[in-house]
Amino acid sequence: MKSSAIAPARRSSGSFGDIVFEWLCRGAGVFVLLLLGGIIVTLFIGGLPAFRQFGLDFLTSTRWDPVEGREQFGGAVAIVGTVMSSILAIILAVPVAFGIAFFLTELAPPWLRRPMGTAIELLAAVPSIIFGMWGLFVLVPFIQRNIQLPFGDALGTLPLVGFLFQSTNFAGTSIFAASLVLAIMILPFIAATMRDVFEQVPPVYKESAYGLGATRWEVMGGVVIPYTRISVVGGIMLGLGRALGETMAVTFVIGNANRIATSFFDPTTTIASVIAMEFPESLAGGLQQSSLFALGFLLFLISFIVLASSRYLLRPRLKG
Amino acid sequence: MNRRSLLALSAALPMLPSTGFAQSATITGAGATFPRPLYERWAQAVREQLGIALNYQSIGSGGGINQITARTVDFGATDAPLSTAQLTERRLMQFPSVLGSVVLSANLPGVADNALRLTPEIIVEIFMGRVARWNDPRLVEMNRDIRLPNLPVSPCYRADGSGTTWVFTTYLSRVSEAWRTGPGAGTAISWPAGNGARGNEGVSNIIRNTPGAIGYIENAYAVVNRMTTTQIRNKSGRFLAPEMPAFLAAAAAADWTVPNFAADTIDLADPAAWPITSPTYILLPTDPPADKVAASRNTMRFFDWAFRNGGDMARRLEYIALPSVAHDMIRAAWARQVRDPSGAAVWTGSAA
Repeated sequence: MKSSAIAPARRSSGSFGDIVFEWLCRGAGVFVLLLLGGIIVTLFIGGLPAFRQFGLDFLTSTRWDPVEGREQFGGAVAIVGTVMSSILAIILAVPVAFGIAFFLTELAPPWLRRPMGTAIELLAAVPSIIFGMWGLFVLVPFIQRNIQLPFGDALGTLPLVGFLFQSTNFAGTSIFAASLVLAIMILPFIAATMRDVFEQVPPVYKESAYGLGATRWEVMGGVVIPYTRISVVGGIMLGLGRALGETMAVTFVIGNANRIATSFFDPTTTIASVIAMEFPESLAGGLQQSSLFALGFLLFLISFIVLASSRYLLRPRLKG
Repeated sequence: MNRRSLLALSAALPMLPSTGFAQSATITGAGATFPRPLYERWAQAVREQLGIALNYQSIGSGGGINQITARTVDFGATDAPLSTAQLTERRLMQFPSVLGSVVLSANLPGVADNALRLTPEIIVEIFMGRVARWNDPRLVEMNRDIRLPNLPVSPCYRADGSGTTWVFTTYLSRVSEAWRTGPGAGTAISWPAGNGARGNEGVSNIIRNTPGAIGYIENAYAVVNRMTTTQIRNKSGRFLAPEMPAFLAAAAAADWTVPNFAADTIDLADPAAWPITSPTYILLPTDPPADKVAASRNTMRFFDWAFRNGGDMARRLEYIALPSVAHDMIRAAWARQVRDPSGAAVWTGSAA
């Protein structure tokens, strides 16, 4: 009698709790979507006057002239700078990340794996401003004195690719410095993703290959890489997404010049660093501020596409 | 007992600010970063003398204009003056508070402080990216007495929007038609050559790290950080070192009777005047609503006190005080332009 009286009450309070919990969670989920949509819409509305004024020229023009009375804004330099510095960073980071992941999953003695894995994850926790300061005070003078001055002239005389090393800029702040800093910043993300997906390869596959007499290198190239290829690309895209939006560290070392870099040692700029530099001084409602919003919208779009494709590529393996 | 009195104290604490004297006489300002050290120094003295506390946020001139236009602060501060049309549209008046000057700093090993001489023409050429080496014949010719190294010329500039850039590029536009129609003048421009860095400290860092670098920085920053500066030839043809007498000569030679005090202190004809100086401005609403009249009056009292007693503090921090004739004109402008809702003048003289 007593128990039967309590049981339904318990059930009803339980189901009521379930309903509240369900709606709270649903609300949280919807909130994230609303937030994301709100940001996109805000950026787009903010950038609308610039898109109206310049049309497609905004994407192709390299002229960024905030001088009052003859404002003209084209985002080509910043867009190219963003993509170029991120791709260079990927080129620099991927081989090292691969080496780290390979070492951790195949070569490292078990007692070393955990501390080293933790150390790599800690690298991801270093605030970007620290990388910026380190880049400006250590890396930039190092590049200037030990890379550009000794090698710049010699490499500049190479046929076909010589122009990549010729520069009249000797301050050390350059797209190369920015890419190097970015590469170090995204290294832990790519290395950690690669390690995780390498570990997901069923041991029986690798053991079979070893059983057939394959070397470590052959197992990596013939079994692990083909099995994890898509996830590895997804991890690289994850790193790319981070590199695209990085602001402070890049702003410190890229040289902030609205000129397309034709050489590794030329200064240029990125979308994020143009916004960081010019937004505080732009007048509310002005064309410059609108153009900065428009650039922000484009950056959001690029990052969104890159991260969405990374999620898509990582999805099947993460589920497995 | 002890505990109870502590409790009573903590209960009373939240009420303190609303009844406290300091709170009732707090003025808020936002804007230019360049005059911040001076405003803070003045604020310290004014709080002791007049009981007016200043909360100044150095968010940049553009931010200051945006904030005062939205009336979220009591006054805005900007390095570049607004035009009459912009002031009318925003219902603001502007007045200068102090002057600053911009100097060139170069990293040339073996060349002493203020030894390098530069003409306006060669400065334009350098920032256009048309001077490749420091031993360029044009530079050697005007610097016969020093040995110029065979180093690449690396110009550097402020990449963040800044009043310093506005002053320097206004100077370049004034001395060169090619610069005026080319890169132009503004708080941020599209530089034809060189490297950009954030803030005076970023530019100074590039200069220190790069032999052959040259850049423009605030004089106050250059002095405090012992940067190696250069001489510049002024309009009357004299080479001047960036020193206080040359700055004061520019402030004295300027014509302060122009509308909105937008006095031109750049490239003046006075033989003793440093060519690159500029006032920094305060923006004040001309129509404070009833609840803001007191703050508006306190803002004017603050600067009135600073004009009377703050000259030494300004000099110690390497700012250039306005000539006293300008101070009187500013007080007259306050009385004329700032009206409370009833139409009466908010400023009623220094005694108020």
